[in-house]
Amino acid sequence: MTESAFATVLIALIGGALRVSTPFMFVALGECLTEKSGRVNLGLEGTLVLGAMTGYAISYNSGSPWLGVLAAGCAGSVLGAMHGYICKLPRVNDIAVGIAMMLFGTGVAFFFGKPYIQPSAPQLGAISLGAWTGNKEIQAALQINPLLIIGIIVGLLMAWAFANTKWGLIVRMTGDSAPSARAMGVSVDLVRFLCTTAGGFLAGIGGAFLSLYYPGAWSQGLSSGQGLMAVALVIFARWSPVRCIVAALLFGAAGAIGPALQSVGITQGYYFFNAAPYILTLLIMIASAGSKHAARDVPGELSITK
Amino acid sequence: MAQIAEELPTPLVSASHWADLSVRVRRGAEYIVIPLLALAISALLFSLLLLALGKSPAEFFALVERGGFGTAFSIQNTLQRSSPLILTALCVALPARIGLVIIGGEGALVLGGFASAVVAIPLVLGKAPPLLTLCIMASIGMIVGAIWIGIVGYLRYARGVNETISSLLMTYIGIAIMNFFVEGSLRDLTNPNKPSTMPIGDAYMVGNIPGTEVHWGLVAGIVLAVVLYVLLSRTTFGFAVRVAGGNPRAALAQGLPVGKLIVICCAIAGACAGLAGFFEVAAIQGRANASLAAGYGYTGILVAFLARHNPLAVVPVAILFGGIVASGGLIERRMDLPDATVLVLQGLTFVVLLMSETLYGRFKIFQVRGTADRT
Repeated sequence: MTESAFATVLIALIGGALRVSTPFMFVALGECLTEKSGRVNLGLEGTLVLGAMTGYAISYNSGSPWLGVLAAGCAGSVLGAMHGYICKLPRVNDIAVGIAMMLFGTGVAFFFGKPYIQPSAPQLGAISLGAWTGNKEIQAALQINPLLIIGIIVGLLMAWAFANTKWGLIVRMTGDSAPSARAMGVSVDLVRFLCTTAGGFLAGIGGAFLSLYYPGAWSQGLSSGQGLMAVALVIFARWSPVRCIVAALLFGAAGAIGPALQSVGITQGYYFFNAAPYILTLLIMIASAGSKHAARDVPGELSITK
Repeated sequence: MAQIAEELPTPLVSASHWADLSVRVRRGAEYIVIPLLALAISALLFSLLLLALGKSPAEFFALVERGGFGTAFSIQNTLQRSSPLILTALCVALPARIGLVIIGGEGALVLGGFASAVVAIPLVLGKAPPLLTLCIMASIGMIVGAIWIGIVGYLRYARGVNETISSLLMTYIGIAIMNFFVEGSLRDLTNPNKPSTMPIGDAYMVGNIPGTEVHWGLVAGIVLAVVLYVLLSRTTFGFAVRVAGGNPRAALAQGLPVGKLIVICCAIAGACAGLAGFFEVAAIQGRANASLAAGYGYTGILVAFLARHNPLAVVPVAILFGGIVASGGLIERRMDLPDATVLVLQGLTFVVLLMSETLYGRFKIFQVRGTADRT
């Protein structure tokens, strides 16, 4: 590989990381909030798909992509609220409900999304951060969607809130020990319900990014496991919102390997490079499961790491 | 306090054989009535959805009945489709008995089918006897599926990697591996339409059960379901599996090899899904291509949960859902509904079914005095 081709790949990787990482970031932050409260929502994959469909449909019908983003968040919070309510019932397993919600959300999205596969909806705009350089490739790579910035702000805000506010303390306490939360007079079910709903809202926004910015159209194959990878990503990020942001960027870069290599003419093994994020997730899970750091940071009530 | 004294188990020593039977019937009835109730409620909710869209629920269920079970042809079509569902549901049910939620049956099905199609290429070219070829194909499909899910079980036991997420990731990886070869080195260049491996040819296909249009996969599925039922309920191995699933610490304290049991369970489960892939290749498609990933693995999860992970109950539930899947095309054409309609119904059923878990032990009619410790 020549030097310029290497630079092209590197720039494409950075651009890809900035572009592809946003849905990972939103889903991971949503899941992080849910898991901090002591519950696992595996259904965010379905939430992501439903958010993508809702965002696209509303953007198409109203002409405003930002209204679409809001609607996607609301659709996501409806699914989150369903999950939160069902898991409140005694003897109901939150992981199994997550799988069911994954099927349900995907099914509903495909069902109502059929008429929106053809028409093109107004898309979200981009902010160009590459004006300082004359290089076209770098300029293209630094086209940033406002949602990425919003995601980073939400992540930082969450990290601050967990550490410094009463609400953050309540969420962490509920996640670490339900009995102590009850002793403090906190309704465990209510906290978890609200956290799952808010988590669904964030995941829905992540879905809107998929259909309204990149790849930028609604289709049935839009999400291929990003929602699920984000759940694994939270384990890797050890339940820290800031580390979730970094991990999402890393996953974005992994997801950009295939297209980046294709841009310099390496098409051999395209499918393998496309599988890179899954392989990376699996390797990270193998490496981080059972590590002492993870054992220290995991919310005590969580069923996923037991 | 008097309450507790009253609730003490009545001695069953004096109970006659008939009383014992009535206890068993009542306890068993709970496991049948509650899932049926869940099915009925989800059908009701789905009808409301259809009504809201201005469609007729009566027409929908009439079409399911006609497209899935109405005529001899549709029954055979249903049975045809239920055979991979039985096998992929077994792939969920068996690990569930040892306490693992594995949802990667789709990946094992795809890779098992792909491996059996690949191993068939030299055998078909070398004009090996068909029966031998099919046996080798089936074994390779099962072995690959067993390894694939076995890895998930091993990672769970050895590293504590969450098996639900890892098995689904493995599915995506498995489909990518198949696509890599099918669109690359193993692509049959004489077929310009759809990237596929070389067809195995009519002479090497699995035939139908005599007198029907249903391939032998159904028999294999039913036999495996019975074998696994016996294995789980009548053997030392099955007992160990159930102990380890109920309480892993107690199992370890008893000296049971929990890790080994987990890996073996996962491997058997993967072999079932791999066999489903083999039948899809050798009895339906004739080659391996992207249509192997048709979603049987995901429907299988629902079937297993509805059957409460009982291998015998998997068979009728799989036939029911095979009928719903089979009638999908008819519903799509007649009622002008999207093809995802069946997916919505499945998702809804799954959600309601899991909600119904909370009902166990709530109905007095099923509770028999002295047997409060249901297992």
